[in-house]
Amino acid sequence: MSDLKLELKEKIIEQLNLEDVSVAEIADDDSLFGDGLGLDSIDALELIVMLDKDYGIRLSDPKEGRKIFESVQVMADYIEEHRTK
Amino acid sequence: MLQEFHIKSYCHIKSQTVSVNGQTIFNDDSEDFSAFIKNAYKFLKTDYPKFFKMDNLSKLAFLAADVLLKNENLNEEENNIALIFSNKASSLDTDRKHQAAIENDAEYFPSPALFVYTLPNICLGEISIKHRLHSENSFFIFDRFNAEHLQLYANSLLRSGKAEKVLCGWVDLDENSYDAFLYLVENEGEIEHNTEEINRLYNIL
Repeated sequence: MSDLKLELKEKIIEQLNLEDVSVAEIADDDSLFGDGLGLDSIDALELIVMLDKDYGIRLSDPKEGRKIFESVQVMADYIEEHRTK
Repeated sequence: MLQEFHIKSYCHIKSQTVSVNGQTIFNDDSEDFSAFIKNAYKFLKTDYPKFFKMDNLSKLAFLAADVLLKNENLNEEENNIALIFSNKASSLDTDRKHQAAIENDAEYFPSPALFVYTLPNICLGEISIKHRLHSENSFFIFDRFNAEHLQLYANSLLRSGKAEKVLCGWVDLDENSYDAFLYLVENEGEIEHNTEEINRLYNIL
């Protein structure tokens, strides 16, 4: 697993307070919303803040998050391409 | 003659202890509220992952309500139980955390998950979602526990037929200082629903 994907899984668990979920239980391609990790709309906003705070990526349109937060793999690819810090 | 009501059950969470009807059901050494309430949640086998996303006031109110309502054989679709809660500190504990996140312009990253809890009545929504309560709910801020107000309001809801039962009480939290006392009012019960009894039960621990 790449360092970034591991880092993202750890951040998701910690910042979204996913008690009883471990890094090993999140596959790179698992859906983060819906039937996957079951995240909700407030979690999506929290992830948008995380992108800005930790990677210097500011989404101008929150709807962009739907695609970016599809899975840890998609998030990691997007961050690699757009990060400013 | 006005219809009279009764207190069927009551719960306290304070001083590292959870008690129901005056009997201790959980006690812990944790002086830190977050650690204490997490231990209580696990001991009581609450099994509701969204609990961990709540702020501390909601965790306190949710667990106190859950202890009482899980014994009520509630309908899975809808329940006509009103909520009348009160406290002194409002949502100050969470308000301070939110303020800390926005007071530095250079590090301005307010948390949406924290911001949504900067009102005390959010805890009523959490309880209503879990137990499918589709009835009236209110949250009052008082200088002290106000049995008179709670009793009058609960009686009014029950007599007007707006609720079949009313879960009332006090849920106050500020940092590691916490005090929850909830009681369920309905037609049947051993304890008369009057201010003397409400105050007696509040002060029982």
